Amino acid sequence: MSPPTVATPTDLAIDVAGVTKRFVEKIVVNAIDLAVRRGEIYGFLGPNGSGKTTFIRMLCGLLTPDAGTGTCLGYDVRSQQAEIKRHVGYMTQKFSYYEDLSIRENLDFIARIYAVPDRRAAVQRSLDRLGLANRSHQLAGQLSGGWKQRLALAACLIHEPKLLLLDEPTAGVDPKARREFWDEIHQLAADGLTVLITTHYMDEAERCHRLAYLAYGHLLTRGTLAEVLAAAKLTTWSVTGPDLRALATTLRDREGVEQVVAFGNTLHVSGRDAARLATVIATVHDRRHEWKQITSGLEDVFISLMDEAQDNFA
Amino acid sequence: MNLPRFTFHRLWAIVLKEFIQMKRDRVTFGMMIGIPLMQLMMFGFAINSDPRHLPTALRIADQGPFARTLVQALRTSDYFALVHETASEAEAQRLLQLGDVQFVINIPADFSRQLLRGERPTVLIEADATDPAATGPALAAVNALAATVFNRDLPGPLARLRAKNGPVDFRIHAHYNPENITQFNVVPGLMGVVLTMTMVIITALAITRERERGTMENLLATPVRPFEVIVGKILPYIVVGYIQVSLILVAAHFIFKVPIIGSLPLIYVVSLLFIAANLAVGITFSTLAKNQLQAVQMAFFFFLPSILLSGFMFPFRGMPDWAQAVGSCLPNTHFLRIVRGILLKGNGFSEIAPHLWPLLVFLVIAMTVGVKRYRQTLD
Repeated sequence: MSPPTVATPTDLAIDVAGVTKRFVEKIVVNAIDLAVRRGEIYGFLGPNGSGKTTFIRMLCGLLTPDAGTGTCLGYDVRSQQAEIKRHVGYMTQKFSYYEDLSIRENLDFIARIYAVPDRRAAVQRSLDRLGLANRSHQLAGQLSGGWKQRLALAACLIHEPKLLLLDEPTAGVDPKARREFWDEIHQLAADGLTVLITTHYMDEAERCHRLAYLAYGHLLTRGTLAEVLAAAKLTTWSVTGPDLRALATTLRDREGVEQVVAFGNTLHVSGRDAARLATVIATVHDRRHEWKQITSGLEDVFISLMDEAQDNFA
Repeated sequence: MNLPRFTFHRLWAIVLKEFIQMKRDRVTFGMMIGIPLMQLMMFGFAINSDPRHLPTALRIADQGPFARTLVQALRTSDYFALVHETASEAEAQRLLQLGDVQFVINIPADFSRQLLRGERPTVLIEADATDPAATGPALAAVNALAATVFNRDLPGPLARLRAKNGPVDFRIHAHYNPENITQFNVVPGLMGVVLTMTMVIITALAITRERERGTMENLLATPVRPFEVIVGKILPYIVVGYIQVSLILVAAHFIFKVPIIGSLPLIYVVSLLFIAANLAVGITFSTLAKNQLQAVQMAFFFFLPSILLSGFMFPFRGMPDWAQAVGSCLPNTHFLRIVRGILLKGNGFSEIAPHLWPLLVFLVIAMTVGVKRYRQTLD
């Protein structure tokens, strides 16, 4: 597998190949190739424990890959970790600033660590930009989830990084705060910042320029939303009518049917082999139910990929 | 308020859950077994308030039979281990000052002659009384000895020499703490104990907390170097340690009237070494502990022998050899001797040097282990 891009290396914020990490005997990240263009928002998806966090830690210089080569912002991921750390903003999955320090003290601390020039002004700018100014004396520990997330984002932007690595930044954040967060991310990307973001939310995945899906340490698919959907070759039918529960039970056991998911009064039935799926549907087709083929959703595609990966790697 | 009725199955559910969690937390479980065992060993076997075999230097100027009887009697009393024999007064003083001997026994030149003349010759016993608990029982034994030591050597007509208060006049000269004031010994010792407690516990906690709360990962993703993290974290506590040292010195001088004979700057310099040694232990614990509770427990594991086996609470020389060996590995043991030496005996650099290098060795070992383990936790 080679990166499906023809971009020149200087256009790439992240360009790695064969990146592998094992813990004891378990391979957590298995030979991943990834190329992310500058100014791009790259969504990283995958089930829990699929190796997303470990991969990000290797990108930002916290872990050294056991195998593989590549660059992050043009710096070697194996030997120039110090340079990488200076130009990358990393937001951990768990809130990891000091709860017993105020917002301003936290930002000031991080600014000192990065030796940000004209520190006071930089802290003030960052407070203003994220709307934290009138809360600046509040202790971080007393903030709600949404405000903690803002603080974390402000902190990892304070040294004006060129690449932002965000590990599930919106977990547990309400929809409004989530939307504002994404508007901010898009604004940053428009200004030239590259963003690699992990998420479990499909609506967020759809807001990324490109996506990659990781399971069991393997990169299963990547590309734009349309490319990912097309590559999956998944066929989905929706069905409405009475006794959907009984129908679902019947369908689930059939060869060729991979997913049967209930959405209110509709059932989505998907399979990778379109012909076989049509044959199965023909056997249960009756006048009471209305069948029609629809485009597969991203979630259907990912669940299908995960099931397939489970067969291959687990 | 309408509380539900007490039920046994709910209570049992909680009890079972507690046991499961107790079993999972191996370190805590180990401590619950280990600490009582440790206390049993230390209180049961190591501690002895009637210390015997105290190292003694003999300055003997008389080779007569009575002098030999006296030496033999001292030896069989079990309290005195005659480890040095010297003719020089200066050397005897130096041995006391270094703490190499607890006593110097001076038998004068015409001891035998004076004894036979019934002149009650004077035997001067000089004691290092910095720790009154160590010297007390031995000196009491000497007085008992005095009355009976020459009974066999003074038969028949000579029996008249067994004066009522004994044929020999034992004069005891308690050096460094002539009034046997316990505080003189305890208060300087407290310095080591307080520093051990704060430095080990606080550093272990400070670093474990950073990991437990996840802030360590964040810190490591910044350009900050591990060395900067460690040193940056311990420097503030060194300042705290110095405040503690100063507090104790002020209290020692103004409240307890402990003599401060030696050099204060020397105390401050040596304290730095001791504080650093304890901080290194704290760092090592922090790399082993999974959470703050475990860090405190490990610190306690170190703290207990530092109090009991260092000579702080009980005379060091009263302990069996194995306990003395354990005690000698602890930085507090050496620091106590240094501080007591400087404050009470006016020791200078050359006198404390024998206790400085064990501190230094300990520091180097603890620092190496600590930094090595700390590095391992990163990747």
